[in-house]
Amino acid sequence: MNNLLKSSAAALALSVASNAAAAEGKLVLYHWFEYMPQEVLDTFTAETGIEVTMDTYDSNESMLATLKAGGMGTYDLAVPGDYMVSIMAGEGLLDTIADGELANKGNIAPEWSDPSFDPGRASSIPYQWGSTSFAVNRDAYSGDIQTTGILFEPPAELSGKINMLDSQGEVMAMASLHMGIPQCSTDREQLKALNAMLQEAKQHWASFNSDTAKEVLVSGDAAVGQIYDGFAAKAREEGANVEYAYPTQGYVAWMDNVVLLKDAPNRDNALKFMDFLLEPENIAAVTNYAQYNAGVTGVAEYLDPALAAQPEKNPHANAGDGVFIKVCDQETQAVYDQIWTNLKK
Amino acid sequence: MAAGAASGGSARADTYKDARGWLLLPSWAVLGIFVLGPVGMMLIYSFLTKEFRGGVIWEPSLAAYDQFFFDRGLFGDEPPTIEWTYITIFWRSIWQAGAATLLSLLIGFPTAYFIATRPENVRPVWVFLITIPYWVNLLIRTVSMKFLLRDQGPLNDFLISTGLIDSPIHIVNTNFAVQLGLFYSYLPFMVLPVYAAVERYNFSLSEAAADLYASKWTTLRRIVLPAVKPGVVAGCILVFVPSMGSFLAPDLLGGAKNFMIGSLIEEQFKGNAGNWPFGAAASMILLTMVLIILMFSARQQAKADKAGG
Repeated sequence: MNNLLKSSAAALALSVASNAAAAEGKLVLYHWFEYMPQEVLDTFTAETGIEVTMDTYDSNESMLATLKAGGMGTYDLAVPGDYMVSIMAGEGLLDTIADGELANKGNIAPEWSDPSFDPGRASSIPYQWGSTSFAVNRDAYSGDIQTTGILFEPPAELSGKINMLDSQGEVMAMASLHMGIPQCSTDREQLKALNAMLQEAKQHWASFNSDTAKEVLVSGDAAVGQIYDGFAAKAREEGANVEYAYPTQGYVAWMDNVVLLKDAPNRDNALKFMDFLLEPENIAAVTNYAQYNAGVTGVAEYLDPALAAQPEKNPHANAGDGVFIKVCDQETQAVYDQIWTNLKK
Repeated sequence: MAAGAASGGSARADTYKDARGWLLLPSWAVLGIFVLGPVGMMLIYSFLTKEFRGGVIWEPSLAAYDQFFFDRGLFGDEPPTIEWTYITIFWRSIWQAGAATLLSLLIGFPTAYFIATRPENVRPVWVFLITIPYWVNLLIRTVSMKFLLRDQGPLNDFLISTGLIDSPIHIVNTNFAVQLGLFYSYLPFMVLPVYAAVERYNFSLSEAAADLYASKWTTLRRIVLPAVKPGVVAGCILVFVPSMGSFLAPDLLGGAKNFMIGSLIEEQFKGNAGNWPFGAAASMILLTMVLIILMFSARQQAKADKAGG
């Protein structure tokens, strides 16, 4: 099967990238869109002489699909979210970083040095972490927004003006928090209720869109948008009168991580880049651009002071807990897929 | 089209007669590698077992087709009933594509007729003007369309300033926006073949009809339309078929609230579902439908040719 996949992948345009990558002094990065400032890559090239090629993706799932469809051996590094790190490890897509291979491994902040999704940081380093909740345009609604009800049982003023992320994981996790049921629940009654609740909620939603989650808030197309904290901050800076909510029921927490891919064509350069990103100064430049949080000690002095004061970074006293998205087993995932298809049929 | 080329060819002295077989080799190679290969792979994948989180297990299975046609409830253990979900999605796509084709025809036919009746030296200029917007990437054009149509966009601002409406019309995130987007994306595919057909039309036939006291409407219906029908049919197919598989316009202009065939298939490969055999099966069913439409139209064409010739 792998041979067929590989030969079919060779027919894809990907082969162009892999040919270029085989040369010395290269690094091929597979990364989220709008998440890596060009200056950081330029600094790395200036310091090491290694040229960086970057392809981008817009969801963890599409990255996984590309890698499984023959992208392995093309890319050196990818940047999956927390739950996707465990999935990729389970699929055997990750290489192990041996002790001592990363000079700056000690810079990883203690609370992120042994995460549940990658024990002992065997294959990954922290990139950025933050939260996913939603932002509300305060010109459109002045009431209480610290509840997931804004998304799932919105007040009349907001009905029909809600953009959801086009991502099963984030929508389902938020819906589970709203209903107070565990993620990946296997209880039939709970799943039926979840299905029914989403069908009801959908009537109030205008669109599903991840790529333009920020733009629809800035343009005013949506008055409520499920969104990442950094994107909400950017929307606010671009002139939208939006407030980011930390619902009392809880919100989704996430951490993106740079992982070393199996069969990386430029493994040594990839490790150099990981070390580079563990330098507080460099990862701080990413944080200043993306406006999330770094998982490295000693970044504080390099950070834009305005960041720490951002309302998006400071949950209020009554905020619920931040929860990571859980990885469901195959049987449960099949039900979740069915609920998602029902939602979008 | 193919029939015309063949009959023209046989009448000509063929300088490269001995090489005729070889001349087709590049096309066969391209078709074989880039069309038949992937389609064959899809056909095989659609009959395999799905691997969790994308990929296939090499065990034959009809599960993908079963999932398409039979509903076994949320947990997959109820007695099977007919699954309407995917039929609904296919029907929606057909309907949207059909509406887009009709819009294209209504706008494209007069446009093509207009161009074909200009003096010969300015026709290429008009054709050129039609193609200019299509030098811009489809994604950019679709996003721009959204900016034009949205509640605070220029279209609504203009309508409000003229006093025609008091509050903005919601167009973005509706089915109509999707139809507009598809229509705009594929309009030249209608204009160009219709133009080619009208240009070949012998306008003295219209004059003859007028001399015989046919009204303008009757002339259009009984003389012009039958003569340019091949161009119209080609245009309709060229708009309908890509519209049916499109996912850009539905996602960006329709808000991705409802799956179209294209986005349903995309979800199987790029989304959470990661169900490659099902995506492949849905593609094969789409392909079969398109082939049936094409064969049907080819038969109609052949019948018409026989009747006419």
